[in-house]
Amino acid sequence: MSRLLYSINAVGGIILAALSVEHITEKYQAENGEVEAIADISFSMEKGEFLSIVGPSGCGKSTLLSILAGLLPPTSGRVLIDGVPVEGISSRVGYMLQKDHLLPWRTILRNVQFGLEIHRRLDKESNARVERLLKTYGLWEFRDKHPSQLSGGMRQRVALIRTLATNPSLLLLDEAFSALDYQTRLSVTEDVYRILRQEHITTVMVTHDIPESISMGDRVMILTQRPAHIKEIVTVDFGEKRSPLSCRNHPRFQEYFDHIWKELGVHE
Amino acid sequence: MNKSLSKERQQYLARKRKRKWAVLGCQIGVILAFFLLWEVAAQQQWIDSFILSQPSRILKTLINMWQNDLLYHIGVTVFETLAGFLLGAVGGIILAVCLWWSSFVSQVCEPYLVVLNSLPKIALGPVIIVVAGAGTKAIIVMALAISLIVTVLEMLNGFLHTDRDLIKMGHTFGAKKQQLFFKIVLPYNLPTLFNSLKINIGLSLVGVIAGEFLVSKAGLGYLIVYGGQVFKLDLVMTGVLILAVVAALMYEAVCLLQKWVMRRRER
Repeated sequence: MSRLLYSINAVGGIILAALSVEHITEKYQAENGEVEAIADISFSMEKGEFLSIVGPSGCGKSTLLSILAGLLPPTSGRVLIDGVPVEGISSRVGYMLQKDHLLPWRTILRNVQFGLEIHRRLDKESNARVERLLKTYGLWEFRDKHPSQLSGGMRQRVALIRTLATNPSLLLLDEAFSALDYQTRLSVTEDVYRILRQEHITTVMVTHDIPESISMGDRVMILTQRPAHIKEIVTVDFGEKRSPLSCRNHPRFQEYFDHIWKELGVHE
Repeated sequence: MNKSLSKERQQYLARKRKRKWAVLGCQIGVILAFFLLWEVAAQQQWIDSFILSQPSRILKTLINMWQNDLLYHIGVTVFETLAGFLLGAVGGIILAVCLWWSSFVSQVCEPYLVVLNSLPKIALGPVIIVVAGAGTKAIIVMALAISLIVTVLEMLNGFLHTDRDLIKMGHTFGAKKQQLFFKIVLPYNLPTLFNSLKINIGLSLVGVIAGEFLVSKAGLGYLIVYGGQVFKLDLVMTGVLILAVVAALMYEAVCLLQKWVMRRRER
């Protein structure tokens, strides 16, 4: 198990894993019987790494994210963030859902402050952080507008900043861009990728869009049908200066796509 | 007019304004025509003005009552209605919150709420009078009985139908039940709350008038019943007309309150 918790870096020092998942299984009780959603998943991530998870629909991807977030206790196994076990909903985890879910009656600024308000951490320091995030990502001038006055892409960016304002160690994206139209989606993933790299945030993204998983992920984890286990983890390498849009033109992009497509077995 | 507006825009706005005034004009026209027809019909003896009264007699009665104790009677009815309304609204919301808080309690209570909701509360009149005494208290309890259950059901339904995704969003930030309620569920349901208040102000008035029919010595309901008993139908008609105006004003007051609160929520 310690293999998952630590890794050896280039100069031989030991680094604590940002996220370490140890032998997670999940069974849940439904009206018509027991469902085995996840069968033994283990992996670990370094700080600032981006992991994409793909898998057949209904394979338990979202269940896995809920476990990572502490929304759902695993039947067995454990999750550690920076070496500390996750017990219950954790304020160290930011969770972004498919839609932005901004509160329509709050202004953009008050929406961004929502998470901090819940954590009772709305003070001078966190407000300065909110201001910096809004200014850096071009939303400061919209702070007194209401969500209905913003475009879908901007709203999704506001939702991301709302999550980042709480300063999470781990960010979970649950199909976070699938409600946007294709064009907006490309530009928002570009924005979000830039923000996450700049803020150096460890991210796990669940998606059913293979190109999206390749274009954003440092690694792509392929899950099997239920009960889910890891079929393969593909390391994606487009060099240092990659961006989600530019890497789509990279010669290796198609190779990765074909490989993941085949492994997923969607064609069957 | 603003010069930067295009000609088409100006025409559009002018059309909108014209339409608004046309609607208002017709509304006033209809009510004037109604009273005029009523007056003419009574004077030409097409209808019996002793039974159906007539606008000029109503006016005379109104002036006569104004010089006596009309304001006192209006005051009594408005006070009883507001008391029943406020008790029903506050009590109903508190009960709805309790039921929202515990789905177990809410499941246990469901059949009772359904039965109580369909039961005509006026049937409880005699019990209320015996328990609360034949007076103002009984009338307020009657108003409360009529408006309470509706409020509970309406609000609970609203609470339970809060956008699930917003609740999930709250959960992802680790919000406690109390935070979910005050930061998401309650603001989300302000429109439901005001809809329910608008229904309630009317229902409370129904309760008060029913109560006044049964036990009172003052109030608009008392005037109407008294008028009927001594066969002074001018008094009955006058009472009904005043009641209509009072009901409309109280409804309008709730609408104004709604506008004010919704503006504040937007901050």
